[in-house]
Amino acid sequence: MDLSSISPTLLLASLMVAATPILLAALGELVVERSGVLNLGVEGMMITGAICGFAVAVETGSPVLGFVAAAVGGAALSLLFALLTQVALANHVASGLALTLFGLGLSALLGQGYVGIKPPPTDKLDIPLLGDIPFLGPVVFSHDLMVYVGLALVVAVWWMLNHSRAGLVLRAVGENHDAAHALGFKVVRVRIMAIMFGGACAGLGGAYISLIRVPQWTEGMTAGAGWIALALVVFASWKAGRVLLGAYLFGGITVLQLNLQAAGVDIPVEYLSMSPYVITILVLVIMSADRSRAPASLGRTFHASS
Amino acid sequence: MNFVKYLAGATLALGLATSATAQDKTKVGFIYVGPIGDGGWTYEHDKGRLAVEEAFGDAVETVYRESVPEGADAKRAITQMALQGADLIFTTSFGYMEPTVSVAEKFPDVKFEHATGYKAGPNVSTYSARFYEGRAVQGHIAGKMTKSNVVGYIASFPIPEVIRGINSAYIHAKKVNPDVQFKIIWAYTWFDPAKEADAATALIEQGADVILQHTDSTAPQAAAKQAGNVITFGQASDMSEYAPLPRVSSIIDNWGPYYVARTKAVMDGTWESVQTWDGIGPGMVGIGDISDAVPADIKAEALALKDAIAAGDYHPFTGPLKKQDGSDWLGDGEASDDGTLLGMNFYVEGLEGDIPQ
Repeated sequence: MDLSSISPTLLLASLMVAATPILLAALGELVVERSGVLNLGVEGMMITGAICGFAVAVETGSPVLGFVAAAVGGAALSLLFALLTQVALANHVASGLALTLFGLGLSALLGQGYVGIKPPPTDKLDIPLLGDIPFLGPVVFSHDLMVYVGLALVVAVWWMLNHSRAGLVLRAVGENHDAAHALGFKVVRVRIMAIMFGGACAGLGGAYISLIRVPQWTEGMTAGAGWIALALVVFASWKAGRVLLGAYLFGGITVLQLNLQAAGVDIPVEYLSMSPYVITILVLVIMSADRSRAPASLGRTFHASS
Repeated sequence: MNFVKYLAGATLALGLATSATAQDKTKVGFIYVGPIGDGGWTYEHDKGRLAVEEAFGDAVETVYRESVPEGADAKRAITQMALQGADLIFTTSFGYMEPTVSVAEKFPDVKFEHATGYKAGPNVSTYSARFYEGRAVQGHIAGKMTKSNVVGYIASFPIPEVIRGINSAYIHAKKVNPDVQFKIIWAYTWFDPAKEADAATALIEQGADVILQHTDSTAPQAAAKQAGNVITFGQASDMSEYAPLPRVSSIIDNWGPYYVARTKAVMDGTWESVQTWDGIGPGMVGIGDISDAVPADIKAEALALKDAIAAGDYHPFTGPLKKQDGSDWLGDGEASDDGTLLGMNFYVEGLEGDIPQ
């Protein structure tokens, strides 16, 4: 056992890289579910974002444009879900599952010509003075832009939901869509906007995997990250701060257990492998011992006539 | 009345005609553990499927299912394929062993072929490639090329095939570089690019400058390329898009000829349950082009090793070898028997850590 071979600064840096995709996707889904919509298509939107972002970044040479395209791609796909559930009043669960299958197939088709290509590198922000602080500099101030976008988004979503009128309306729609409708709020419009925000976030998360974490395009490369993001929203009791905690715990322990394995730590590999799941669930379940619950209208279809 | 009779006759004739054409065509099914586009394991199996289509043209119909999880869900996928009228089904991952055997019992007329397993039946054959022969060549190059003397190994599941690969690579790296150390990460997945890339990054951060992988995607190659000054080997497929660096060579699985031969046997009615385990010699395992990043003398040695294995002059598991716990395994000049290799559940002397049980 040789723990000295693990460098804490490098470990923390890769922790953030591992956590960001699920953080972005889970934040988007959090907003969607708070508006009363259950979109199980996160995996499909992520993988679509992954290939849209990858393709545009390769063609234009600009990772920033790639991320923009990923958000647009994810949102466009989610619009299909919005059409099915909000206009055609289809079942949320079935539509979401269909969206995942559709997204996986569509991305495989779009990605045909992009196998084995290296994307343009995403620059790390090197903030001149702050980045030079020993230990703290490399840990906190020298990541790629998307890590900070993810963190900023946590604050923005938290503030929007709890301290803004828009958040109040969104929550009203999610808790009781009939009452919200009676008060004159546009339930369907609010929900479509929330769904598109969720799609854009999932797209960003997917592109983070294909442009930064791996970086390459492979069919099916999200490999279940969307489902983990979905589970995270539930275990985080639909709260932005807990989503952040959960994503960093999960991402962090995933990377940590790989590092511990490489260092030959004397813990059976089986325990190390399950630790990200077990610890994340344990921590979040213990925290949700307060009376937090799901939005009351979650997954129910709404029509103004009812 | 006449008209109805005529219609009934026509329908019957049509029905007979379609079932006749269906019987003419031999239907061959494939169950894949990852997507075809993984660029590795499943990609090569699908190349084998295409080889079958090319060899027999209209006489065969092939069907496949991608990304079928190992375990209980596989049983459903295999059953469905048998119900759809497949005559021959290839299940291409170790974890399909139990599902394949149990479905095969219910469909005695359908032929099954399970890759990399050890359980056969009257209508279940097993086939695998001696990947460990390729691992020996990789180990040799890895031992010669490493400057940090740390070789990282991304393992998938603790099954004999993977353990054989680790042992074979280690023995041959150690032979040319006594100071070499292997760091092994068990990823517990065949295909998860993000996790594979994380594992590669963790190994590189801990000083590995050679990465060997036993997972299916090209993600570790991408991670190595990003890190720089790290060499890798293509796994299951050539992965030549990452040559000349980081990918310096590869193990290529060549399933096409086997799939064609077995389909032919079903067509001719000569199919029998067999256990096939072929290596470099018969061409089931190929060594991808060794790139110019490897110095000429090392390349020549590696090729000589490959030729000796192919010709049967050298067995990668030749004594004297000890097990990890120091007990004797093979005496001087003694080669391992296939039984021990097929059930291999121990590390050889010098490897650190425990195999997960």
